[in-house]
Amino acid sequence: MARVLMFGRLADLAGWRDRLIEAPTVSALRAHLDSLDAQLAEALAGPGVQVALDQVLLRGDAPLNPNSEVAFLPPMSGG
Amino acid sequence: MIRLLQQSFDPGAELSAFCQGRQEVGAVASFTGIARAEQGRTETLELEAYPGFTEAAIGEIAREAETRFGLQAYLILHRVGTIAPGEPIVFVATASAHRREAFEACDFLMDYLKSRAPFWKKETGPDGSRWIEPRASDLTDLARWETKP
Repeated sequence: MARVLMFGRLADLAGWRDRLIEAPTVSALRAHLDSLDAQLAEALAGPGVQVALDQVLLRGDAPLNPNSEVAFLPPMSGG
Repeated sequence: MIRLLQQSFDPGAELSAFCQGRQEVGAVASFTGIARAEQGRTETLELEAYPGFTEAAIGEIAREAETRFGLQAYLILHRVGTIAPGEPIVFVATASAHRREAFEACDFLMDYLKSRAPFWKKETGPDGSRWIEPRASDLTDLARWETKP
C-alpha cells in the first residue's frame, strides 16, 4: 500500500487528495490510476505534471514499499 | 527563515522585526505580494502547499540565493489556506552588506516563488473557480536568472 497524494487541479479531477493504493511500482500505480478515470489519466500525462516519491521529485520509475508516499504535482504557482 | 502561515500577517511588523538588532547589515530589501480583487472577479484565493516538500523546495532556492548574492539573512512568509483580496499572500525580506545584493536576491526569490515553489492556487469568483498556473511572463522572469552568472 502506497499513500497517494493529489494536488491542485489533479485533486479536483480525481475527487480525492489522499488515498492508499496497492501497487508494486510507480508505473504500475500510474497504470492503475489511468484505468480509473480517462480524464484523470489525460491530466496526469499533461505538460508540467511532476511526480514526487517520498517528497523527492522522481524521473522514471521506482519500486514502492508499504510506507511509500507518491505525490502528483501539477504546474506550481506561488505568490 | 521560511514560514507557511494559515492566518493573515502584518508585513510592516515582520519587516521591523527582521531589521532589528542588525549592526553589520547595510541593506534590507523587501517585497509584499497582495491578493488582487480583479475588479470583483476574485472573491477568494485558495493556496495549497505540500507540507514538508514545500518548505524543503523553498529552502533549496533560499540557499542558492544566500550563496549567489552573499545574503546575511532572509525571511520568506507565504500564506496557505483561504485568502481574501487585499490580504498579503507572500513576503520576502533580504539582508546584505550593500543594496544591490539585497534588491537582486529579493527579485530572484520572488521569481522562483512565482513559478517553481510547490504551491497551487485556486481563484474563486462569481463565475466559479479556476486553478492558476504560471503565466508566460512568470517563466520569462525566471529565465533571466539562468543566463546571468
